[in-house]
Amino acid sequence: MKVRVLVRPKEGILDPQGEAVRGALPALGFGGVETVHVGRLIEMELENADDVDAMCRRLLANPTIEEYEWEVVS
Amino acid sequence: MNIQETYSALGLSDSEYDRILELLGRAPNFLELSLFSVMWSEHCGYKNSRPLLRRFPNDGPRVLQGPGENAGVVEVGDGWALAFKVESHNHPSAVEPYEGAATGVGGIIRDILAMGARPVALLDSLRFGPLDEERNRYLFREVVRGIGGYGNAVGVPTVGGEVEFSPAYSGNPLVNAMCVGLIRTEDLMRSRATGEGNLVVLLGSKTGRDGIHGATFASDELSEESESRRSNVQVGDPFAEKMLIECCLKLLERDLLVSLQDLGAAGITSSASEMAASGGVGIDIEVDLVPRREGGMEPFEAMISESQERMLAVIPPEDEEEVLALAERYGIGGTVVGRVADHGDLRVIVDGEVVGSVPVEYLADAPVYERDLIRPGYLDEVQKLDLDALPEPDDLNEVLLKMLAHPNLRSRRSIYGQYDHEVGTNTVVRPGADAAVMRIKGTNRGFAMTTDGRGRHCYLDSRGGGAATVAEAYRNLSCVGAEPIALTNCLNFGSPEKPDGYYQLAECIEGISEACEAFGVPVVSGNVSLYNETARGPIYPTPVVGMVGMLEDVTRHATAAFKREGDWVLVIGTHTGSLEGSEYLEIVHKKVAGRPQNVDLDEEKKLADLVRRLVSDGIVDTAHDVSGGGIAVACAEMAITGGTGVRLFDEVENRLMYEGRRADEVLFGEPGGSYIVAVPNERFDDLREALVGFSYDEIGHTGGDRVEIGDLVNLSLGDLRGAYERDLFGIPGEVVGGTEPVG
Amino acid sequence: MGGGFVRIGVTVFPGSNCDQDALHAVELMGAEPVALWHADTDLKGSDAVIVPGGFSYGDYLRPGAIARFAAVMGSLEEFARDGGPVIGICNGFQVLCEAHLLPGALLQNTHMRFACDRVKVRVETTQTPWTSGCEVGEELTLPIAHNEGNYFADAETLARLEDEDRVVLRYLDNPNGSANDIAGVCSENRNVVGVMPHPERVSDPVLGSDEGLRILRSVLAGARV
Repeated sequence: MKVRVLVRPKEGILDPQGEAVRGALPALGFGGVETVHVGRLIEMELENADDVDAMCRRLLANPTIEEYEWEVVS
Repeated sequence: MNIQETYSALGLSDSEYDRILELLGRAPNFLELSLFSVMWSEHCGYKNSRPLLRRFPNDGPRVLQGPGENAGVVEVGDGWALAFKVESHNHPSAVEPYEGAATGVGGIIRDILAMGARPVALLDSLRFGPLDEERNRYLFREVVRGIGGYGNAVGVPTVGGEVEFSPAYSGNPLVNAMCVGLIRTEDLMRSRATGEGNLVVLLGSKTGRDGIHGATFASDELSEESESRRSNVQVGDPFAEKMLIECCLKLLERDLLVSLQDLGAAGITSSASEMAASGGVGIDIEVDLVPRREGGMEPFEAMISESQERMLAVIPPEDEEEVLALAERYGIGGTVVGRVADHGDLRVIVDGEVVGSVPVEYLADAPVYERDLIRPGYLDEVQKLDLDALPEPDDLNEVLLKMLAHPNLRSRRSIYGQYDHEVGTNTVVRPGADAAVMRIKGTNRGFAMTTDGRGRHCYLDSRGGGAATVAEAYRNLSCVGAEPIALTNCLNFGSPEKPDGYYQLAECIEGISEACEAFGVPVVSGNVSLYNETARGPIYPTPVVGMVGMLEDVTRHATAAFKREGDWVLVIGTHTGSLEGSEYLEIVHKKVAGRPQNVDLDEEKKLADLVRRLVSDGIVDTAHDVSGGGIAVACAEMAITGGTGVRLFDEVENRLMYEGRRADEVLFGEPGGSYIVAVPNERFDDLREALVGFSYDEIGHTGGDRVEIGDLVNLSLGDLRGAYERDLFGIPGEVVGGTEPVG
Repeated sequence: MGGGFVRIGVTVFPGSNCDQDALHAVELMGAEPVALWHADTDLKGSDAVIVPGGFSYGDYLRPGAIARFAAVMGSLEEFARDGGPVIGICNGFQVLCEAHLLPGALLQNTHMRFACDRVKVRVETTQTPWTSGCEVGEELTLPIAHNEGNYFADAETLARLEDEDRVVLRYLDNPNGSANDIAGVCSENRNVVGVMPHPERVSDPVLGSDEGLRILRSVLAGARV
C-alpha cells in the first residue's frame, strides 16, 4: 500500500522558508496570501501501515520542532 | 525518421556522417551512431579548437602531467604535487542554475580524483548579466547556492574565484569551476587502461537517464527551446560524491587500481573509449550489468547517460573481491561491467551478444575544423575612443563611491560567506585577498591559486586581452608571495562557425601563449566551451585562467589590507594608467571602447617577481595589484579591509606627478602592471634598497579613518564601507534589512 | 602537559567532513586521536569523544537525523550516561540534539543563507569538561560554517538552560537568529556539550589563531581517570 506523510513546522516555530515564499509571491503579482508554511512530503510503499506512526515519531519528523500527519493513499 | 533526420537530431553533420561511413566501411546502427554523436560533439571532440590549442606551451621543469589526462599536475616541493583543472558548465547553469553549478563542481572534483589526488580546494569564475534584471539575479543567486550546496557538503573548501556582471552575459551565464588536489608525486594515477583481461568496474551511483545528449546540448546555442530541455540536466548528490572520494582514495592507498577515470560528458562511452584509446587497447562493456536507477533503459541510454557521482576503474581480476568490499563499506555501488581487450574497439554487449562495436581511435578522433582568420569589422569601431571628448566628473568622491558600490568592484563577502572556505584546516589566506593561500600539512610550504578573466578587454583586443589575463593571474599570485608555476584555462567563446568568434578564439589563444612563454608558466590542462550565444549575440570572448603558485614558507605571505598606522605607501611600476576599456569608462560613462594598454610581458615578469621576493623575504606583508578601478579603488580596498585610512599625493612632489593630467585618469586609470605596497618605517630602508633599478614612487602614508587622495578624494571609512560592503544579493534600489539601499 | 595518554575518539559518519580536522586538532592538543567508525560499537578506550562537523548522510531528511541511529551512537549514549565527556561540533551538535543527549534543535539560519565567518563568542560557564580551562566571560573568535545553526528550544527549556547555567557559549553578534544568542549548551549532567562554532579550525597559529585549543584542551585535565 502507499502512504503519504506530511511533515510541517510546529505552530509558532519560526519558518524562514515559509516567510521567504510569502514575501516573494506579491512580487510575482500574487496577492492576498496571508501565511505560508513549507514542510516535507514523504511517500512510502509498504506492506502495511502498522508502524507508520512510530516511523514518524522516531525518524521522519522531529517532534521538538515538527508535527506530522499521514494517510493511506491507495 | 530517415537516416539523415536521425543523425541530424543527434547533432552530426552530413560530412561527419559520411566520414563515419568511410571509417567503419559500413553504416552504423543507432547505438553506434549515438556513441559517435556524443564523442564527436564539440564538447567532447574539441573539433573547432584542437588545432588552435596546440599553440599553448605545455612544458616546464615542474610539470609532471600536461594536457591529455583528467587534470594537469605540477610538483611543488617536499615530494608533493598539485593536480588541477578548470571546467565549464555554462549551458546547464543557464537552464537550471542550482544543479548546473552543483554538478559542475562535482564533475571537476572527479577529474582531480581521477589523478589519485585528494581534492583540497575549489574556485569559481562566474559571469552574469546585470543585476537590475530579475532573471540575472535569479541565476546568480541559484548558482552561488548550488556551488555552496555541493562544495560545502562534499567537504572541499571553496577558497577563491571571481564574479563579473555585464550585458554581454545576459542569457548566457558563465560558470567555470576549478579544483585543486594534493598528491604525493609517487602516487600519481593515470587513466590509461592496460592489461588484457583486467576488469572494468563502475563505482558510485546508479545510472539513470540524466543528461542524455547533454554533450550535444552543450554544443548548441541557447534558445527558448532550451528551457524545455530542463529534464536533460543532471542533479547532483554531494553525499554520494563524498563517499566516492573516500572510497577511491582508499582504493588508491591500498594500490588496488590499474587506472581510474571519471564519468562526465558522454558517460561510460567517453570514459571507456578514452581509457582504451590512451592505453592502445579495447574495452568490452556488458551494458546490462550497469546498475540502473530507472526501468526500461535501452543500451544506448546506459552508454551515454551522464548520471553523476560515478567513476570507472580498471583493476586486476585478483583484486575484485577487495575492491567490491571496499565499495560496500563506503556505501557506494561497485559493479564489474566489462573487461580490457586487445581488439582496440569499444564493444557494447547485451546478453553475451555484441550490439555495437566501434574502434576507440575513431571515437576519440573527432574531425577537426580549421577556419580562416578574418579580422572582425567591429574592432575598428569599438577601439575608437576620444578621451578628450569625455566629460570630467565634478564630484570625484561620488564617483569613487559609485565605483566601489558597483557589483563588479563591490566586496564579494556576501558570496564567499555562503561557501565553507575553512573546512580541511588548510586555508591560510581566506577569500577576499588577491589569491587564496593554503598550507601543506607536515611541511612549511604552501600553495596559492587564483582565477582571472578579462572579457571586455578580450572583446576590444583579443590578443592583448589574452596576454593580460595571464598577466593578471601572475600578478595576483605574486602579490601574496607565491611563485607562479602553471595554469589551467577555460575558453568561453561564442560560435566558432562565425568568423568573429573564430578570430577571437585564435587571437586569445595566441595572446595567452605569448604571455605563458614570457612568464615561463605552461598550460597543463583546460577546457573549451564554445557556442555561448543567444539571440542577442555572442558573449565577450572570455578565456578564464586558473593559475597556481608555490610558497616555500607559507607564513611569508602578504594580503591587501593595510595593517598599521604610519606605514609608507608606495606604488611599484607605473602609476599612469589608461581609461581605455576601463571599469570607470563602463560604470560612469556607460562606454565599452578603446584599446587597453598592452602589457610589456618581460617588464611585467620582472616586476611581479620583484614583488614576490619582497614578500617572501619578509620585507612586505601588505601588497595589492592595481587593476579594475585604478589606484583609487585599489587603495580604498586596502583601507576598508584593513580598517585603516590612507593619505595619498599629499606631498608637493606627489602633486606634480598628477598635475596636468585628468583627475579621473589619475584615480581610475588602469595601468597594466602596478602594485601598491605598504611597509612600516623599520622596513622602509630595506624596501628602497630592494627597489633599486625598478620604477616606483612613494605616494603616501596609512593612518586615520579617512581615504584622502590629494585634493581629489576625501571620504570617511564609514562612507566607503557603506558603498563597498553592500549585499550582492539584494534587489537594486530596495531596502533590505537595514536602512541602506542595496543597489 | 601530560596529554599523551589521553585518548580522544572522533566519530566518523558517512558524510562527516570535519573528522580529519578534529583528529588533527587532537594531535595538536597533545592527546591521542582515535577514529570511531559509525558502524562499530567499540569506543576503543576513548577518554573523551568528539562528534565532528560535516554533512553526515548529506544532511538528508534533517541534519543529524539519520546519524543519530548509527551503531556507534548506542555506545556513545552509554558513555555519556556514565559521565564521559562528549562534545558535538556543528553537525555533531545537531546529531546530539536529534539523539536527545542535548535539548532543543537547530533550525535553518533566519537569513536563509549558509554562513561561513569568524565570530566572537563569550564563554558563559566553565563548569563543563570542555570549558574548564577557560574563564567565565572570556571572548573567543571562532569560525562558523553552517546552514542550520539557529538554536531553538521552547520557552520552558530556555529558561531552564539559563537558570541552570547550561548555556556554554553565547554569540556577541548573533549570526543566525539563535534564541538567546546561544552558540552552545550542555546536558543536565554537564558532561555532554554541543557548540555550533568550530574550535578545531582555530587550533593552529598558521591558520591565524589557536584560541580553539582553549576549549579543546580543557578536557585533558578532566579526562584523566
